[in-house]
Amino acid sequence: MKWKKVFEGLMVVDFSWAGVGPITTKCLADYGATVIRIESASRPEVLRSSPPYGEGIPGMDRSAYFAIYNTNKYGMSVDMKHPKGLDLAKKLIAKADVVAQSFTAGVLEKWGLGYEELRKIKPDIILFSTNMQGQTGPYCRLPGTGVNLVGLSGYAHLCGWPDRLPSNPYGPYTDSVAPRFGIAMLVAALAHRRKTGEGQWIDLSQFEAGIFFLAPVMLDYFVNGRIANRNGNDSPCAAPHNAYRCKGKDRWAVVAVFTDREWESFCRVIGGPPWTGEERFSTFLGRKEHEHELDRLVEEWTVQHGAEEVVSLMQASGVAAGVVKTSEDIQTDPQLKHRNHFWVMEHKELGPFPYMGQAAVLSETPAVPRMPSPCMGEHNWYVCREFLGLTEAEFDALLVEGVFG
Amino acid sequence: MGHAPLEGFRALDLTDERGFLCGRILADLGVDVIKVEPPGGDSSRRIGPFFRDLPEPEKSLFWFVYNANKRGITLRMESADGREIFENLLRGSHFVLESFPPGYLDSIGLGYEELSRVNPTVILTSITPFGQTGPHSRHKTSDIVEMAACGLMVLCGDPDRPPVRISFPQACLHGAAEAAAQTMIAHYYREISGLGQWVDVSIQQAAMLSTFNSFWFWELEGVNLKRAGAWRTGLTSGVLQRQIWPCKDGYVNMPIYGGLLGTRTNRLLVEWMEREGMADDFVRAIDWENLDMGRLSQEIWNQIEERMERFFMTHTKEELYLQALKMNIMIYPVSTPKDIAENEQLEHRQFWMEMEHPELGVTLPFPGPVVRASLTPMAVKRRAPLIGEHNEEVYTELGFSRQDLVLLKETGVI
Repeated sequence: MKWKKVFEGLMVVDFSWAGVGPITTKCLADYGATVIRIESASRPEVLRSSPPYGEGIPGMDRSAYFAIYNTNKYGMSVDMKHPKGLDLAKKLIAKADVVAQSFTAGVLEKWGLGYEELRKIKPDIILFSTNMQGQTGPYCRLPGTGVNLVGLSGYAHLCGWPDRLPSNPYGPYTDSVAPRFGIAMLVAALAHRRKTGEGQWIDLSQFEAGIFFLAPVMLDYFVNGRIANRNGNDSPCAAPHNAYRCKGKDRWAVVAVFTDREWESFCRVIGGPPWTGEERFSTFLGRKEHEHELDRLVEEWTVQHGAEEVVSLMQASGVAAGVVKTSEDIQTDPQLKHRNHFWVMEHKELGPFPYMGQAAVLSETPAVPRMPSPCMGEHNWYVCREFLGLTEAEFDALLVEGVFG
Repeated sequence: MGHAPLEGFRALDLTDERGFLCGRILADLGVDVIKVEPPGGDSSRRIGPFFRDLPEPEKSLFWFVYNANKRGITLRMESADGREIFENLLRGSHFVLESFPPGYLDSIGLGYEELSRVNPTVILTSITPFGQTGPHSRHKTSDIVEMAACGLMVLCGDPDRPPVRISFPQACLHGAAEAAAQTMIAHYYREISGLGQWVDVSIQQAAMLSTFNSFWFWELEGVNLKRAGAWRTGLTSGVLQRQIWPCKDGYVNMPIYGGLLGTRTNRLLVEWMEREGMADDFVRAIDWENLDMGRLSQEIWNQIEERMERFFMTHTKEELYLQALKMNIMIYPVSTPKDIAENEQLEHRQFWMEMEHPELGVTLPFPGPVVRASLTPMAVKRRAPLIGEHNEEVYTELGFSRQDLVLLKETGVI
């Protein structure tokens, strides 16, 4: 079957860096758009110098963190402070459908590439701007990363234990929230442009997107005055509901018991020790009230079993349960294998490397791997020749002048 | 200001809480989203928190937020009449959104094959924990199971306690938002080709985006990262770096970055400490520009952190954030919901709009358009529907008489 590209012939000139921007443009690239990342070799983006690296050895082209968000893209290094570099970028923009960028507000304008200038170069351009806190307002130029936003947008406050410090939900969490909103609006804008020939400017604030995933918590404050707090693994409608230690080193399984029927199944699965018959555990309210004690008793059983065994026994009896997966578990997860979640492609420095694919399968137009993430400046010559029609001599002249810096 | 970009399109939203946000995003983009509930109302109306803590089906704040901007009808699709009505609706629709267990729609004769027979260009978007097929596709799950399966949970929480999920359920929101993005891609393809298709979303895979680079530490270095609470994991091997710091009235967030990203913040912070007499020779002597964060010993880290913590404790989170803005450095507050409600930037951006709920006699602050566009902005116009609120409107549009509606109601179809 010939692979059908949704975004056949669509060109994105991508100045974005780190998370939200590149994740958004990766989606377009995975569905067939021509995405050209413009980077600076003298000031490489932060993910190129972020671990993990191939074989643990740092290097500009060895970061997995950079690799995973940049599949199917061309990579170009351009010194935007060099007049001919800027000129080269403008020539590409003149052929582009979308310009993507994720600088703090004002940086693009400094290059003379603000939205109004871009429109002069390409009247129907769509400018996709994403940053920490939006293109307007007193904080629009404040530098930061998603790791900071985890604090600002409420996630750190809402992760961990009420009697302990707030906890960081691992990484720059909001970088994983915002791209979906960006993609939805960007594709809607492309559909609008197809019909009308009109471009526009999209403004995605990572902070605002982050709040959207906590919106009911915010309404709870506005309406009920409640300041929600982190609560470990507590659930208002289930008990037991926690991660329980299992046999092995730092192995855990989650079990979630919502209904009386699930409670009965749960008790059967663990062999019905005498405490399961105690009256205090016979109702949901009772189980909630004595949840702490219940957790201890549940764990007495789980520690004697492997996490996989706990989960398969629970699932077989209709109780929601799952292994708390480590990266090692993810690597061998048969479901992810079945879904072709990882795309293995050969990368010059990383060797055969498992990239991540897309989280959905489109029956007619599935996303497919075509190209590994680019090394710095890997496609300078290719882009100049294929998309700008430069001759070898013209390219060499730019090279000598240090334009590809 | 123009119109929302997808005006003139219609979606039938059959989802439960796993998919609400998908329809909400499409609705904000201008799609006429009709939320289809079973007669009596969707069971997801039982999800809290509730308006004034009243646990009633018309007072779920979760429902308010993620079903805003939709119309609502009731319909028993499993009955013969219900099915016929559904097919009628389907003929005039462009999207069907659903989050039933895999195979359910097929079992009531409304699988993708059948839907596309009735409406050849329809896009069916299915949101399930693990996707439509595969060894785990029938697993019973809930938010905590999905967060465990995506690999985020093992990385969250204090090392001496069990792994934790984020305290407000997140997995289904990842799945639903991802579904909206992927549905738009299918829509764009339909605009070009005239073809519909089936969009099969996995919540597990969608939520995996929140685990960032963690998997590749195992893949490339054989390391399973450990949860570290308020400290950072995954940047350097073995050394604990603080990320969340106590201050006078709460907490602030400041990972100490090395290199280009962090030098400016670190240097200016020390200068600020100096101005307030809280810098000593040790911290003055640090050459931030050339400091290799990856090679610092835990002991040195601890010494740096000790001094910074002492300084943060002399200021409130607001003082620290305001000064950070002035100096353009990366110190951020750990916001509570109250702090977010009072955030100056959101106020300036008019992020909180007002949503009237006339039945409750109130106007609620509501999160505004989540992404802005100069020409085709999102439009949030209508509060979430009451049970069967638009039955008459929608079914009359289909050509049913008022008498038909009475009969259908009496037989429990609507």
